[in-house]
Amino acid sequence: MSEHIKLPAGSLEKQTTTLNLGPTHPATHGVFQNIVELDGERILDAVPTVGFIHRAFEKIAERRPFYQITPLTDRMNYCSSPINNMGWHITCERFLGIQTPKRVDYLRIIIMELARISDHLICNSIVGVDSGAYTGFLYVMQMRELIYEIYEEICGSRLTTNIGRIGGFERNFTNTAFEKLEKFIKEWPGVLKEFENLFTRNRIFMERTIGCGPISAERAMNYGFTGPNLRAAGVDYDVRVHTPYSSYEDFTFTVPVGSTGDCYDRFLVRNQEMWQSLELIKQAYAKVQEFKGKDAEVYHADIPEYYLPEKKDVYTKMEALIYHFKIIMGEIPMPKGEIYSSVEGANGELGFYMISDGGRTPFRLHFRRPCFIYYQAYTELIKGGLLSDAIITMSSLNLIAGELDA
Amino acid sequence: MGLSNEIIKNKLTEKFGDQLTGWEEPYGMLTFTAAKDINLKVMQFLLDDAELRFQFLTDLTAVNYPDNKGAELAVVYHLHNLKDNVRIRFKVFTDITKPDVWSATALYSTANWMERETYDFYGVNFVGHPNLKRILNVDEMDYFPMRKEYPLEEQTRTDKDDEMFGRNTPVKKYN
Amino acid sequence: MARPVQYNIHQKPLETPYTLGEAPEGVKGEGFFATKLSDVVGLARKNSIWPLPFATSCCGIEFMALMASHYDLARFGSERVSFSPRQCDLLMVMGTISKKMAPVLRQVYLQMAEPRWVLAMGACACSGGIFDSYSVLQGIDQVIPVDVYVPGCPPRPEAVLDGFIRIQELVGKESIRRRSSDQYKELLAGYGIQ
Repeated sequence: MSEHIKLPAGSLEKQTTTLNLGPTHPATHGVFQNIVELDGERILDAVPTVGFIHRAFEKIAERRPFYQITPLTDRMNYCSSPINNMGWHITCERFLGIQTPKRVDYLRIIIMELARISDHLICNSIVGVDSGAYTGFLYVMQMRELIYEIYEEICGSRLTTNIGRIGGFERNFTNTAFEKLEKFIKEWPGVLKEFENLFTRNRIFMERTIGCGPISAERAMNYGFTGPNLRAAGVDYDVRVHTPYSSYEDFTFTVPVGSTGDCYDRFLVRNQEMWQSLELIKQAYAKVQEFKGKDAEVYHADIPEYYLPEKKDVYTKMEALIYHFKIIMGEIPMPKGEIYSSVEGANGELGFYMISDGGRTPFRLHFRRPCFIYYQAYTELIKGGLLSDAIITMSSLNLIAGELDA
Repeated sequence: MGLSNEIIKNKLTEKFGDQLTGWEEPYGMLTFTAAKDINLKVMQFLLDDAELRFQFLTDLTAVNYPDNKGAELAVVYHLHNLKDNVRIRFKVFTDITKPDVWSATALYSTANWMERETYDFYGVNFVGHPNLKRILNVDEMDYFPMRKEYPLEEQTRTDKDDEMFGRNTPVKKYN
Repeated sequence: MARPVQYNIHQKPLETPYTLGEAPEGVKGEGFFATKLSDVVGLARKNSIWPLPFATSCCGIEFMALMASHYDLARFGSERVSFSPRQCDLLMVMGTISKKMAPVLRQVYLQMAEPRWVLAMGACACSGGIFDSYSVLQGIDQVIPVDVYVPGCPPRPEAVLDGFIRIQELVGKESIRRRSSDQYKELLAGYGIQ
């Protein structure tokens, strides 16, 4: 028996079966290990182990100035990395007292909602894959490719975007980006409708997921759930509504709430959130188009001490070069203090707790990662259920290993 | 309109008096420091009181202040009142040689793994925790990596040229 | 489902057509074709590689994009990804491997049957990536032998396909006796694998 799978003592003599749902899952979820006690197919107990992808983000962040932390935040929830990036930039802006112009806020909302759609698509289609329906995954990945192309127009990369700066974006959105966005707005409702038709009233899917891994609202709040998992249990807590950031208060959208907190409710809540994200994107895009002339050129706040200068100036002018160097290396005026700021990530409340002592790098940066907090409840969710229900519960919780172990 | 920081502060000082110190409001969030032994009592009060109702533990983490002799580790709790939308933060300082802090697992189930993570990184011993083991690092690790005295990089690499990374000076020791 | 899939608004025509199947060198005649055994075996093997996606982090999502219909990996013969190491040919390690995960990776490699190949996808698998910290293994070649490295963070699906095509070239040209040769045994012994 391999020495790194530590089975509890006496596990070979007893009547129940001990099964290692090991760290190498069928690829899609990430590395989680659960040692489950089975009585036939019914789960009696489960001991989870995490940390298989611990990369020491918090320790690395103590060594890096602001802009060098943005690529780290990318790699936490890598399915929706723009939200992490912008959450970090919003934290820095709140800390430094920077106010971003409205156009920047609206563009940020467009990108964040695209990221939210991208993340929910992965989660919902993987719930489908785990219950046997591979087709939904293939259909929606095409839409994700379009979202990736929109990211590429703005920041150059597909998945780990490192998008934006403190105070805005690195470049204005090009006409191609807006064309692709319009294409997305036109085609997305059809795709989502098709995806819903495959699953929502599909008898097999409903029987697989209804009643599977339910949680009550009180237990969910006690466990610190946030995001779609908490909303599926019945509590309408959404950071975009409670502490609006980036001008979310200028828009109207509803927050879908479920009732039983089981897998089916989580699936439906995520689907409905994707419709609401489309609404937000449409409203934000309409508002962005209202800016004309000089206003339409605004894509960042006017803060030369914290915003990297334009590359063409960096290569030709001395002050811009010096500013660029100083900002990247962190020789910028940093106040002392501490701040906790959070955004509504695709999984829940993604919080950043930063303590700064005035030096180049944060003295302490802690990420409040929603996945880490709600994975604790996994044992309680699957106890008494069947083994195949445990798999569906894990995928419907939307566990992203990078965020869990950061 | 509900709860303001003034009301919370008054209720807390009324109940606990001068065991709570260090009142500040950075960026609008009320912050205070409590003595190590009463952290559970403070949280119980904040949870049960009919007006305060801080029923959501948002975050639990620790900070290492190597220069504060006698109070090197601070455990920081962030609580949230969802109904009135108020957040609060309080800290508990403890000595690094005997870092025992009462565990909040009985009050909030979410504290379970957050305390394990804090133990893993800083070595804070949460008294009363059901399963205080390492969670993110390998089980055989014998030091607490987030403390300031330990380096970030692994020390067994032989292929990095320290000169190029400006690492000729030894890591700054804090003790 | 008939939906036009064309997001690229500036089309460029293909300059040289790409062909997949080229016959190996041999003697042709009426109804027969004689060539080396290793060429035939290589041709069969390289067009039917079954990968094991050992996906840990962000590169796993790019792998999912690779498996989807836009950058289809099944075109290259990998229609069936196997998740069991006993049934796979190619171990694609995608994502950061931490020190906690390294024994698991080694175990999976040991469970694979010969002939086996390893593709390290992403900067983290090649060399530790941007995570130069105490808990991350600085490259999987510290625990298992690697055939092809695909750098990038994450590499574009086209880059992974390029790596995959190089694996195919390695597979196609491999000598039948390689796995029992002394050189190979020495390589494995260097990693502590019997």
